[in-house]
Order: sequence, then C-alpha cells, then structure tokens
Amino acid sequence: MLDGMSSPAVSLTGVSVAYDGRPALTGVDLQVGTGEVVAVLGANGSGKSTLVRSLLGLVPRTSGAVELFGTPLARFRSWERVGYVPQRVTAASGVPATVREVVASGRLARQRRLRPASAADRRAVDAALATVGLAERSRDSVGTLSGGQQQRVLIARALASEPELLVLDEPTSGVDADNQQALATALAELVARSVTVLLVAHELGPVAPLLRRAVVMAHGRVLHDGPPPDADHLHLHDPDHAHPVHQVEARAAWGLS
Amino acid sequence: MGAVVVDLLDYDFMRRALLAALLVGLAAPAVGVFLVQKRMALMGDGIGHVALTGVALGFLLGTAPVLTAVVVAALGAVAIELVRERGRTSGDVALALLFYGGIAGGVLLIGLSPGGSNANLLSYLFGSLTSVSSGDVVVISVLSGGLLLTLLAVGREMFAVCHDEEHARVSGLPVRTLNLLLAVLAAVTVTVAMRVVGLLLVSALMVVPVAAAQQLVRGFRATVLLALAVGVGSAVTGVAGSYYADTAPGALIVLVALGAFAVAALVASLLRRRRPARDLEPV
Ligand SMILES: Nc1ncnc2c1ncn2[C@@H]1O[C@H](COP(=O)(O)OP(=O)(O)O)[C@@H](O)[C@H]1O
Ligand SMILES: [Mg+2]
Repeated sequence: MLDGMSSPAVSLTGVSVAYDGRPALTGVDLQVGTGEVVAVLGANGSGKSTLVRSLLGLVPRTSGAVELFGTPLARFRSWERVGYVPQRVTAASGVPATVREVVASGRLARQRRLRPASAADRRAVDAALATVGLAERSRDSVGTLSGGQQQRVLIARALASEPELLVLDEPTSGVDADNQQALATALAELVARSVTVLLVAHELGPVAPLLRRAVVMAHGRVLHDGPPPDADHLHLHDPDHAHPVHQVEARAAWGLS
Repeated sequence: MGAVVVDLLDYDFMRRALLAALLVGLAAPAVGVFLVQKRMALMGDGIGHVALTGVALGFLLGTAPVLTAVVVAALGAVAIELVRERGRTSGDVALALLFYGGIAGGVLLIGLSPGGSNANLLSYLFGSLTSVSSGDVVVISVLSGGLLLTLLAVGREMFAVCHDEEHARVSGLPVRTLNLLLAVLAAVTVTVAMRVVGLLLVSALMVVPVAAAQQLVRGFRATVLLALAVGVGSAVTGVAGSYYADTAPGALIVLVALGAFAVAALVASLLRRRRPARDLEPV
C-alpha cells in the first residue's frame, strides 16, 4: 500500500515486443487507473494478447517500460494483487482435476509455502466459485464442463487470490449467451468492489454497459483509446456474418468514435 | 497365500526386492502424475535411455552404476527441460537425438568396460531380482523417501505449474525452479526404479498407473492416491510373480499395471453406461 494508491494499476510506456524479430507490438503507451474498467479490442493477430502478456512479464520486451501499481515489473513481487485469465480453450490438463482444485491453485499467490490452506484460503475459494456461479459444480472434473463453464473456472481461479487488478484475455470468445451473461454478472460484482479490470474481447456483448473506455489495437499499435465504440456495432448478433471488430477499426480510424 | 508370502520372505534377496518394489511403486506414479499432467508422459522414457549411458559409465569407471546413472540421468533430464522451455518445434528432434545418444553411448561404453557384459546390461534394461544388493536398498530408500517428502511439500505448487505454467508465473511461483526440480525428480525415479523394472520399462510404471487411475476418478488428489495404490500393487505383484515364473520382473510389473488399466477402463465404461452423465450437456 506504499505509493500504490496514487499510481496507476498498469502503466506501459513505449512498449515494443517482437517474436523472432517480427514486431508484434510497437511503441504502445497505456495507463489504467485503479478502479477503471477498460476493454482491449482488435482483430485477430492485432497484438491484444501480446499487450496483456507483456504487461504481466510473460513475453520479453524489446523496448519500453512496464509498471504495475507504480513498481517496475522487474521488481514487482505482489502477484496476489493481480488476477490473470489467459486465453485458453480449456481449463483441463493431462490429468483430471476438480473445479475446486483448479480454482484453489489460484490462491497460491497469497498462501505461505509449505503451510496447509487456512480457513481464509478456503473461504476465498468458495467466494470465487460463488461469484462465477459454479459452487454447485466444485467437485466435478473440469474436463466435463462446457467451454463457457471452463472459462468461468479460469475466472474463479484468477479471483481466488482476491486481486485488485484483473486481466482477462478473451474470456467470452466461443461462449454461449448464458455463460456470457454469467460472466457479465461476475464482472459487474467486481467493478462494484472497485477492482481494476482490463478485458480483452473480440465482441463486448453483455459486458458493454460496464465499460467507459476501450483501447483498439491494430497491427501492434494502439489505434484508438477512449470511449467504447457504439455498443450496437459491437454486439454480435450473427457470429457467421458480422465483423464487429472491422467496424470498430474503421470507425476509430475515421475518428467516428 | 500366507504360506507363499512367508516362503518368499525367507530369502534375503526377495525381501530386498519386495521392499524396493514397494518404494518404486510409490515413487514412480508420484512423479509420473505430474509428467502426465504436463503432457510429457514420454519424458521418463527419454531419461531411461540417457541413464543407460550413466550405468555404463559406472562399469567403465568401476564406481557404483547407480551413482553415475543418477548424475547422467539428471543432466539429461535438465537438458530435456531446457529444450522444452525454449518451445522450439525442433525440440522434438533434439529430444530424439538425446535418446538415441543415450542408448548408443551406453552400449558402446559397456563394450569398452572390463566388467561389462550383455547379461549385466540386460539386468539394467529389464530389472533383475537377484541384482538388488543391500547397498542398493539403502540408496533406493533414501532417494525415494526424499522424493516423496519433496513432492508432499511442494505438491500444490507443482500442480499449479504443471496445470498452467503461465498462470503459475503470474501467481509469482518459481516456475523454472519447479520445472527443473520435476526433471531431477524424474531422473531420480528412473535410477531408483531401474533395478526393479529396468530402464526400458520404468516409464510405464510412471504413466500406466496414472492412466488407470484417471479412468475412475474426477479429481487430481484422488488420481494420485489411486495411482499410488496401482503402482505399489503392480510392482509388488510383479516382483513376487517373477520369482515363481523366473522371468525379468520389469515385464510382469508392467503387464500387471496394464491389466489394472484394462479393468479400470472397463469398469469406467460400464459405469458410464449405467448412469448417462449429466456431464454430457451441450457446450
Ligand atoms: N508465441 C508467438 N510466436 C510467434 N509469433 C507470435 C506468438 N504469439 C503471437 N504471435 C504473433 O504476434 C502477432 C500478435 O498476436 P496476438 O498478440 O496473439 O494477437 P491477438 O491476441 O490480438 O489475436 C500475430 O501476428 C501473431 O501471429
Ligand atoms: Mg489473443
């Protein structure tokens, strides 16, 4: 809590990332204040995941600086303050695990090594499961859940450490309407608790009302940073024919948003 | 049955072999479950190949083959992990080169060493009851005891890393250290198990009990417990049975484990048929 309250939760300055010499992110500046809810939009391959992964230190930068809660990334250790939902199609691995076991692994950031889980740890896991509406399924194997339910497991895992900053990479892609609604309900609850949210999305759907600000990426650069583009154009009515992100890009490029 | 067991325990070498089987039956699936979780089920195989060079080096230098095997296997395991970490597509080929190098190096070195013979080599490749010395039992007990305690201590963290490495990094876990630790533990397992199951079949005892267990249970902890039971059961049954059949124990141990897998798979499919799962709701 030193100077953390006044510093932005996330700060990127001139960040560039390259994979094998091919630039994926070029000179990105981004500040996310505490309590803000920001969407990152853009076409496939525009650099959304790379942006998120670079601010979490998961990919090396070729240049630029990243700070989390005012601390340079290289010295940042308070990982319990950060919840991360990676872009995944499944929450399962090579061996079965229950929903609860997976969610409890998200608590490790706050747990002491070599100590058994405390009552507070178990309560936090219960609360995370309740927030995503999966308390009933906690003893089931994650592999038996639907894709949308598995996304909610990953979100509960991120919530188990009771983070102040939640970073979600496309938790809504390929998820049915009910699960999208469940996700939006969970996010609304977090926003009410003034958790900072950075949400990568292909389409906004039911979470649109939570957003004041959207960052639109194209070809590894920030194309637009401001109020979210018109919700009507983002809502995906027909997944096979609508191309909402292109519309967003076009509108942003022409200064329509 | 009781008389038979007493009969077996009359022999010192069988007592040693059965104790070794018990420890190996615990250690191999305990490490194997994390390798399977990481989808690196064949890593034990690779390490087994590399360890052969270590065994042969022991013969050549006149030191205990177990010691040189554990060192060479650990170096090989760390090399495999470092290749994996790079995430190159050529990693596959690099691993293959390491495996073949391990076997070829082992066969070459054993040919050069004065005490080495084909019979010696075979006992390391497929296990041998009479070859478990009391010194071996001490080494096996210390190594597998240390291994089980280590996994008990860092099991939660290891689960998180093997489940989702990137998420574990964002949780602030020492991912690289844990990955290297798992590689070294796998090498220790291979060395511990080679007298009983043999280097060519050790990987089966790491993987098959896990595969059998996961047919029947829903959770990770439950899989581990059941896999340990299957591992101990097949190792002890296989060793005892190979005394009567007068065969290499490794083969029988693995066949018993595969039998357990077949039964588990059958039971699982019968259970599924009897109660059509609510799990099968559409995505
Ligand atoms: N691990 C990787 N290795 C090489 N190139 C990558 C890797 N990850 C992403 N890229 C490339 O970087 C660019 C940005 O990808 P990404 O950040 O995943 O985009 P998005 O999340 O917006 O779909 C794409 O051209 C992609 O092909
Ligand atoms: Mg992406």
